[in-house]
Amino acid sequence: MKVLVPVKRVIDYNVKVRVKPDGSGVETQNVKMSMNPFDEISVEEAVRMKEAGVVDEVIAVSIGPQQAQETIRTALAMGADRGILVKTDDNLEPLAVAKCLKALADKEEPGMLIVGKQAIDDDSNQTGQMTAALLGWAQATFASVIKVDGDHAQVTREVDGGLETIKVKLPVVVTSDLRLNEPRYASLPNIMKAKKKPIDVTSPEELGVDPAPRLQVLNVAEPPKRAGGTKVEDVAQLVDKLMNEAKVI
Amino acid sequence: MDFTLSEDQAAFQDAAQRFAAAELAPHAAEWDRSAHFPVAEMRKAAELGFAGIYVAEDVGGSALTRTDAALIFEALAEGCTSTAAFLSIHNMAAWMIDRFGDTDQRQTWLPDLTSMAKIASYCLTEPGSGSDAAALTTKAVRDGDDYVLNGAKAFISGAGVSDVYVTMVRTGGAGPKGVSCLIVPKDTLGLSFGPPERKMGWNSQPTAQVILENARVPVANRVGAEGEGFKIAMAGLDGGRINIAACSLGTATSALKAALAYMGERKAFGQKLGQFQALQFKAADMATQLEAARLMTYRAARSLDARSPDATLHCAMAKRFATDAGFDICNDALQIHGGYGYLNDFPLERHVRDVRVHQILEGTNEIMRVIIARKLLGDLAAAS
Repeated sequence: MKVLVPVKRVIDYNVKVRVKPDGSGVETQNVKMSMNPFDEISVEEAVRMKEAGVVDEVIAVSIGPQQAQETIRTALAMGADRGILVKTDDNLEPLAVAKCLKALADKEEPGMLIVGKQAIDDDSNQTGQMTAALLGWAQATFASVIKVDGDHAQVTREVDGGLETIKVKLPVVVTSDLRLNEPRYASLPNIMKAKKKPIDVTSPEELGVDPAPRLQVLNVAEPPKRAGGTKVEDVAQLVDKLMNEAKVI
Repeated sequence: MDFTLSEDQAAFQDAAQRFAAAELAPHAAEWDRSAHFPVAEMRKAAELGFAGIYVAEDVGGSALTRTDAALIFEALAEGCTSTAAFLSIHNMAAWMIDRFGDTDQRQTWLPDLTSMAKIASYCLTEPGSGSDAAALTTKAVRDGDDYVLNGAKAFISGAGVSDVYVTMVRTGGAGPKGVSCLIVPKDTLGLSFGPPERKMGWNSQPTAQVILENARVPVANRVGAEGEGFKIAMAGLDGGRINIAACSLGTATSALKAALAYMGERKAFGQKLGQFQALQFKAADMATQLEAARLMTYRAARSLDARSPDATLHCAMAKRFATDAGFDICNDALQIHGGYGYLNDFPLERHVRDVRVHQILEGTNEIMRVIIARKLLGDLAAAS
């Protein structure tokens, strides 16, 4: 079985994100970029499945500018076998990403797509679900355990009330949650070996996908600064403030 | 001239930074307080290839360059100076066996050293000879297929815990040509250790004397020919100096970051520390010194990688400058923190204690000046 793992190049989670002065988006110039942490978890899971003999090949896909190749190299250094770069300088929305993934899945015929449950830049949490719908495959979102058993997979999902275990038919789209695993570090020798692994380059156009956005961003703004607290004299003043200022009672 | 990292180098640096942030930094203060030698974490580092960074691949090394290694040690030291510095010593000892050892020695020792199943120490300094290393007196007398060793080695990082001691001994007459290099295993009869030294810093690694009393080591454990030891020791030191300079860079980076963060938080006289020009200028000087030290260190590493005739000069200059700058930056960062900087609850005093020794070891900074001056005046003499 092949596993396809999309890996997104995002602003590193340690970076303090700054909004551009014109409100058109966030500053990405001279900012450290790395792999979306949920995608790292997906790569780790796919590589573990390969090490356990359940999976034959792990393919890492990134959709983005030329530099997204570095993100694919990271996945290859972690143990993925080959990469596919869908090169575009446009900022693709989840639907366009899902269409690219569908086109690649049609071509590669993997048994499973492991998609990060969300990317930490736009927090959309849509790509996995949309991809499953477009492919007509089963979907198992927010996975904390994945077990493959013949032509089925048993997936434990993190839901509001606790954990839910479902059985899904392959092929399936799984989205990975935080507790699925702890991703490994890439070792120095594996970073070197990753250079020799192949990366194919294609584009949304070659995959027959129109990358034009459906949404229009009106404005991006910093969250409001937290105002300092105040001390109240007595309970009466507190109740008064809660009623008339905060309007919560 | 290109001052940007290659894609590979950025990946190595990233790997080391991530490891240091997750596996070293959270424990560094505790390891310092309890003098804990983090063998488990170092073995994890070895899994990532950090125990044989510039050792060949056939014995489990990563086969990278000195420049790559400098980036890695800098990143590791940002997490824990003392542990990063010990890894650099282990790397140097492994490299000596890789570079100067024969096939048997490489196959016998290196697979265990690159995985850190075995830990290596390096023994050059003696109680009576530090800077004047060629005056070492530990004797090795040939007896059949063995050498019989008598003497003592001082300030040995890892002593008592390490499994392998790459040791410089005197097999011949006085001076550098009488020195040879031996691999002394820990279980050698007649090998013992002094009590653990109580130190200012570098507390996550044990330091003690290594004592040799009629210790028998097979001649097969000699690295290189008889009399080649001093050459091997000196060859190791060029790289060792880059590594220790890089460790200073990492710690100084950490100290500067802490100082800048503190300047953005702490208020005095109604404004943040960062709004006082005196401290702005101090921070600007710290960052400038750090950048200069970083460029000199990378340059020296490049010279060593290119086997430039000026490599020794560049390594000496970088070691002198980066370790002095590193100490000053950590000390200034402590000063910016005021009384808190002096407390053990903040990392600054540990940074100061840890980097202080970098000005002393791998050749004191005075010896660095000797090397630099000798080269300058030697060139002058050759030209006239």
